[in-house]
Amino acid sequence: MESEIAQITQHTGGVIGSAWLMIAFPLLGAFILLVFNRFTNRWGHLLGVAMSLASFVVAVLAFFELIGFGEGERRRAVELYSFIPNMNIDMGLLIDPLSISFALLITGVGSLIHIYSIGYMSHDEHRRRFFAYLNLFVAAMLLLVLADNYVGLFIGWEGVGLASYLLIGFWQFKPSAAVAAKKAFVVNRVGDFGLLVGMFVIFTTYNTLSFAELKPIVEENGTTLAIGLLLLLGACGKSAQLPLQSWLLDAMEGPTPVSALIHAATMVTAGVYLVVRSGAYFFPEGSGAALAVAIVGAATLLAGAIIGCAKDDIKKGLAGSTMSQIGYMMLGAGLGPAGYAFAIGHLITHGFFKADLFLGAGSVMHGMNDEVDMRKYGGLAKYMKVTFATFFIGYLAIIGFPLLSGYFTKEGIIEAAMEHNQVLGWLAVLGAGITGFYMSRMVFMTFFGKKRWVEGAHPHESPLVMTLPLMILSVGALFLGGYLVMGGTLYTFLRPAVGGDPTPPVFHFASVPGAVTLALVAIGAAYAWMKYGRAEVPAVQPRGSFLTTFARRDLYGDALNESLFMRPGQWLTRIAVFFDNRGVDGLVNGLAAGIGGSSGRLRRLQTGFARTYALSIFIGAALLTGALLLVGTI
Amino acid sequence: MSPWLPILMAVPVVGAVVVALLPKGSDKLAKQVTLLVSLLVLVLTGVMAAGFRPGGDRFQFRAEYDWIPSFGVKFAVGVDGVALVLIALSVVLVPIVVLASWHDADGVKTADGTLITPKRSVKTYFSLLLVLEAMMIGVFAATDIFLFYVFFEAMLIPMYFMIGSYGGAQRSYAAVKFLLYSLFGGLLMLVAVIGLYFVAKVDTRTFMFPELIGAIQDPTTQKWLFAGFFIAFAIKAPLWPVHTWLPDAAAQAPAGAAVLLVGVLDKVGTFGMLRFCLELFPDAAKAFTMPIVVLAVISILYGAIVAIGQTDMKRLIAYTSISHFGFIVLGVFAMSEIAQSGAALYMVNHGFATGALFLAAGFLIARRGSPFIGDYGGVQKVAPVLAGFFLVAGLAGLSLPGLSSFVSEFMVMIGTYQSPAHGSGALTVAAVISALAVILAAVYILWMVQRAMNGPTAEPVKAFKDLNAREVLVLAPLVALIIGFGFFPKPLLDVITPSVKETVTNVKVPVSTIAEKGTGQ
Repeated sequence: MESEIAQITQHTGGVIGSAWLMIAFPLLGAFILLVFNRFTNRWGHLLGVAMSLASFVVAVLAFFELIGFGEGERRRAVELYSFIPNMNIDMGLLIDPLSISFALLITGVGSLIHIYSIGYMSHDEHRRRFFAYLNLFVAAMLLLVLADNYVGLFIGWEGVGLASYLLIGFWQFKPSAAVAAKKAFVVNRVGDFGLLVGMFVIFTTYNTLSFAELKPIVEENGTTLAIGLLLLLGACGKSAQLPLQSWLLDAMEGPTPVSALIHAATMVTAGVYLVVRSGAYFFPEGSGAALAVAIVGAATLLAGAIIGCAKDDIKKGLAGSTMSQIGYMMLGAGLGPAGYAFAIGHLITHGFFKADLFLGAGSVMHGMNDEVDMRKYGGLAKYMKVTFATFFIGYLAIIGFPLLSGYFTKEGIIEAAMEHNQVLGWLAVLGAGITGFYMSRMVFMTFFGKKRWVEGAHPHESPLVMTLPLMILSVGALFLGGYLVMGGTLYTFLRPAVGGDPTPPVFHFASVPGAVTLALVAIGAAYAWMKYGRAEVPAVQPRGSFLTTFARRDLYGDALNESLFMRPGQWLTRIAVFFDNRGVDGLVNGLAAGIGGSSGRLRRLQTGFARTYALSIFIGAALLTGALLLVGTI
Repeated sequence: MSPWLPILMAVPVVGAVVVALLPKGSDKLAKQVTLLVSLLVLVLTGVMAAGFRPGGDRFQFRAEYDWIPSFGVKFAVGVDGVALVLIALSVVLVPIVVLASWHDADGVKTADGTLITPKRSVKTYFSLLLVLEAMMIGVFAATDIFLFYVFFEAMLIPMYFMIGSYGGAQRSYAAVKFLLYSLFGGLLMLVAVIGLYFVAKVDTRTFMFPELIGAIQDPTTQKWLFAGFFIAFAIKAPLWPVHTWLPDAAAQAPAGAAVLLVGVLDKVGTFGMLRFCLELFPDAAKAFTMPIVVLAVISILYGAIVAIGQTDMKRLIAYTSISHFGFIVLGVFAMSEIAQSGAALYMVNHGFATGALFLAAGFLIARRGSPFIGDYGGVQKVAPVLAGFFLVAGLAGLSLPGLSSFVSEFMVMIGTYQSPAHGSGALTVAAVISALAVILAAVYILWMVQRAMNGPTAEPVKAFKDLNAREVLVLAPLVALIIGFGFFPKPLLDVITPSVKETVTNVKVPVSTIAEKGTGQ
């Protein structure tokens, strides 16, 4: 069958043969920075950047080596070592168009964010530790996408969870940051439970967890459906999709470069990677599992957008938008090979424009004494020109302004969705309209209108080390989408890894859904202009309608978790502890007392005559032993 | 006849005598001698282990001496892969514990500054430690079941005194509770051992384990004898509902003793299940599989839930261990090679992980005098190295992939999931339910970290000094082992697997119909 994915070839030598260096460099960086501790304080950040860049260089070289192979031979497996011999699980890497795309994104955008952080974290006394964690993250994320089996993927998967935990809680002395870090890890573990059980089923059914040994399926059955849904649960946790979305907004407690790298550009897209990587095996086009993915995506893209509309905290607004954009990717990932290219394309362009937006927000905060409330911004365009210009490009890209990056990839997803399921397609169109509103609201509240600054604010442009990454990212936000989508560049490149018809889908510039999308975006932007551009923005949050409150409270996601899981969990814990202290212990103590004679003795035991008692038991035991031995021989 | 194992046992015994005979007041010398002796044992074990041939004879380095000839009792020792790695675990932990316990025998400081003075001298503590080491080696090396029983019981004595004489405020209560539980189990086992001696179908009466394999045919007899052994091991492990002695003992014991108690002594229980319960009484083991699996799953979840609710750090760690022992027992009785190899690996990994966590908590507690989590806060800010080690140890406790515990937990769960032992699919369900512990584990570890290490720095914490060189030297090797075996578990598995295969063969577990790779059924 032509749509099948290409066979995996064993590979030795060359850059690809040394692809493990990609992981080793940042891992070494993290190791040195953590072990040699404060001795590396002076140059630690430079080492961090250098390791990330080294990794990027390897990724680029591996990419060029890969495209030197014919299309059918672009899936190269590199064996590393035997991991769990009992289960025939070997640790190895898979360098194919899908994984190398991710590797380039992770190391490329990752390096830019490393560089930006030199400036952003320059006043933090623990900057060295920050770079150690960033390096650790890059290493884990690369293992996640490069591993040639589910166990290696899972190690990276939880590794990025750890890095995320450490970085959300980087300012752990703030209780809110500590709580947010723990919450992110625990909620992610709910998803990991799904991924874990999914691996049980895969291994039990196919006797392997390696991508090379799994065979693509044609027909879905109960087992593959179960696996698909379990993997989807994992994806929902990592990618903050409904119903496991609640941790992402709190994750904004981390320093802004973290939000840009981990909670926007890379880690949160791991769920999309998981679905696309497993696509041929467990999410075949038109299957129930794929439909579930698409539905989760569509629901989250709306939920995230609605949340984004109500946030006054610029980072939380962007976090809602991230949920929403990943929802688009998930929707695309649920549409089979035709959707994969757009999902991954959107993932890449989103990596650029969202990192651009987040770092821009960071630059604004940097100039505004770390203020995040947009009601206390206003009129900043004049004071930070580069930040404004780059942010504005990112803004145009995310709302899908024609011919910018986001336009191509998002329209692509909408079009692909329309072909599969009209309802999902129109939901995606609606989401685009809401995006037009909340992103415009953000731009107007921040850069336009009157100054609503608090006293003592002296907004200023950030140093070049921060604005340069912004400029590079905004170039990607401008052109990358067109390059990837036009002529099916990305589709053709990815096809050996994810499957699909030989002819790439044609991108339509003029279509009914496309026109409706643009109209809705325009209406959304115009409405935002009326409310937040032309009209004065109140410095204090107005009460708002029922709907606004609903959105401000994150659609009551936390309230739901609290009443469904947290409170019952607390009660269960309390009951169990009580039972353990009284019930189990009481019963066994009673038994022991019964054997020993009376409960009066037990009380004595507890009040100090313990040793006498123990001695008597011991002597008794010895006597009994002797007696038994004696009787036995006679 | 190989002299290795008797030498390994003799060296610490001689060391213990030397330490005990040191003149009064030479505490520092006592510590140094103990450390040297334990390091010597470590080196000797390393040299011996290098000569172990995985896949060779099941029991290697065998030595046999007549002990009580009239009963056929022999001082017989020898190690298979599982015993070898557990001996290795013990001899690695002992020098670490010695170094960590440098001031443990000087008395326990409480939160209000008063000192609970120990009942016995410093040198006695270290002498006991060496005696305990000899017994730990002996219990895993014994191939004569009576000898095993003797070590099993005798080990209680040094531990009893280490808890009862050097522990915290409620040490007497905890020590006696520990002793009573263990003795009760020991008695049952003794009855079973004697029963085994008389009913086994062998030419000459013997306690030798290899000769007793398959010697009990009658199913009813098997069940009774199995019960005697199993209850003793379940108390030792401990398994729900006979677990309540552990939190008390671990909380009252000095941190170093707690490490050996939970890290090694409790493993004798799970080790005994794997070797004796399964191989001597295979039919009974299979008949009792389901009830035991249920107990194991209850232990896993119950231990985790009760751990979440603890306010005392050491009790919390003890409860997490009850959860982990549940995993080990589940793996042992899942009757699959993967799960049993995973369980054996788990015994080793848990020793390192929990050891590190107990010791890091011990260092923390030594700075404040209080085991209560609520008395801390913001330690990360003043003692980042301590907080860092504490976190890594905790992450090993929650089985983070990349750290050693993950591999074993993963193998236990996946082996249980696919075990063909019960056609009903009950083991599959058990595996899925037990996987819920990964969520609970994140809660109990990270909530503790949040309360103790994060947030604003509590007033008494502000004066904390970070780890000193001795303390770093204690924790660093453990963390290195945890990370090393997390990515490269193969050396351990290569040793463990052949002997687990022997067990599987002796138990005659039905072999699963293995699907061709990648194609499904």
